[in-house]
Amino acid sequence: MLFTLAAASLIRHRTRTLLAILGVAVSAAMLLDMVMLSSGLRESFRGLLQTQGFQLRVAPKGTLPFDTDATIRNADSLLALVRARPGVIAVSPVLGGQLHVPTATGAVTSSVLGIIPRVEGDYEVLAGRQPAAPDEMVANQRLLDALRLQLGDTLRGAAGYDAQLRSLSGERTLRIVGIARFIYMAADQKGAAVPIETLRRMQGADSDDKVSIAMIRLAAGVNVDSERVAIERLLPRVTVISIAEALNQVDQRLSYFRQLAVILGSVSLVVGFLLVTTLVTVSVNERVGEIAVMRAIGVHRRRIVLQIVMESGAMMLVAAPLGLLLGLVTARYLNSILARFPGVPAKLDFFLFQPSAAWTALGLLALSGVLAGVYPSWRSASLPIALTLRQEAVG
Amino acid sequence: MSTVVDVRDLVRDYPMGEERVAALRGVSFQVDAGDYVAIVGPSGCGKSTLLNLLGVIDRPTSGTVSINGERVERLSDARATEFRLMRIGFVFQRFYLMQALSARENVELPLAEAGLVGAARRARAMALLEYVGLAKRERHRPSQLSGGEQQRVAIARALANAPALLLADEPTGELDARTGREMIALFERLNADGTTIVVVTHDEDLARAAKRVIHMRDGSIVGDERAR
Repeated sequence: MLFTLAAASLIRHRTRTLLAILGVAVSAAMLLDMVMLSSGLRESFRGLLQTQGFQLRVAPKGTLPFDTDATIRNADSLLALVRARPGVIAVSPVLGGQLHVPTATGAVTSSVLGIIPRVEGDYEVLAGRQPAAPDEMVANQRLLDALRLQLGDTLRGAAGYDAQLRSLSGERTLRIVGIARFIYMAADQKGAAVPIETLRRMQGADSDDKVSIAMIRLAAGVNVDSERVAIERLLPRVTVISIAEALNQVDQRLSYFRQLAVILGSVSLVVGFLLVTTLVTVSVNERVGEIAVMRAIGVHRRRIVLQIVMESGAMMLVAAPLGLLLGLVTARYLNSILARFPGVPAKLDFFLFQPSAAWTALGLLALSGVLAGVYPSWRSASLPIALTLRQEAVG
Repeated sequence: MSTVVDVRDLVRDYPMGEERVAALRGVSFQVDAGDYVAIVGPSGCGKSTLLNLLGVIDRPTSGTVSINGERVERLSDARATEFRLMRIGFVFQRFYLMQALSARENVELPLAEAGLVGAARRARAMALLEYVGLAKRERHRPSQLSGGEQQRVAIARALANAPALLLADEPTGELDARTGREMIALFERLNADGTTIVVVTHDEDLARAAKRVIHMRDGSIVGDERAR
């Protein structure tokens, strides 16, 4: 019966209820997006770091992976020490550089990684295979498109370009044996990978034995943090970063994203709350006579509060799935915009949908719906019955 | 015969700016079980205020009100609500039915509040609608009923939990003469069946139908006569 009364009250002013539901849905969508943004970037980054199962990353002392052009010299002997540790399954050194490919109209420049193909963790081969010989390479589709080349073609590439002499250095003929998607590269970034020895030779004699970073895969059950400390002690010239530490760094660098998300999320929650409170208050004010009569015939105050809370809760319940849907659509759209930022890995999601985010948003929304209904209903149910009836009779 | 209503030295005044206006100035009377009392008097004499105090929807400034032997003037909100639900039946001039509910559901409302469920609740509501002659209109909404029919539904609702006292505030005030006469007949039948009734009215015919008429003026009882 209370449900009938609550439903009737909502249906009585269909347009008003519909507009309120749409308003709440928009605020719910924004709330969901902000909840997704506040935790999504971190979780997405964690997923990205964990993709290939490397738990530790070794970078030159005081730097973050690929944060600077600094490299680790004499890396092979140092990494051999790491490889010899019982808890280490694989060590994947990576040397970063540039690949300049002369074309009829100039040159196409791409990022290039020197890797050991059997342990690399930077790309997924989509077609073809891993390089198996020194003059073989994989490239991403963007580079192939820029060069108008395809799988099986060869190219003449150089690792260096002297702007004064306008000449290329470290030229080499490479055959494209695989098409790859690079995990940490931006969507619009051209990328290639060659065996690390090949890249070192192309970069010149002084680049022998150096790496930009190395990724370390540990055996199951090994304590990541203890191993990190042990390797840092073993190699004083490097910084060893675990995924947790990398995430902390991300947290620090992107804290403004979270702050923005919290502020905008709070604003949208408050807007939704005020919207429902206003609607319920208006609706209750129109029904003070009816409420006074219910009180006069013996309906308890808590039942009236319950009825009105049901009204606001029902609005929230209808608005929530709408908001969820709208939130997912807008998140996808916003993600596609943010993914175009320079340097953002293509696989990184700013708005990562997680069930916990949806539950959090829905929980906050439901709570605000209940709170939105409690005050006006309690206020109306507390009005003096006799006085209210007299005013209604006069009115 | 037991006393259903026992009112002693009842005073009710209201703040009006810096002054206080007295609506009741020390009213005392008793109503026995099975009585049918009409309270009459000019507008503003305090009859509705008295009815509100008997119905436990207002509190007196001083004095006592006992209904069925229970002091009700200082009950907590929860106890007063429970008391109204189980002991008092209210009939208003403007019927005040819930527009979203059918005739039967309106009658069921206080029954549901009292905890009666399912078939028993429906059966009780139907019996009451039958009593007031509206069984066939059970599914109609108030907007589909005439004024007289709405008032009958309101009476059925007031009788839902078999109250000790039925209070009616100008129950014929919104009805035409013919429907008003039907309502008077219904009140007589109710009283004949044992319901104790206190009715506030300007309607002379309704007052004449009562067994006892209390005359009020300026917040005081100025006459109390039994029908011959």
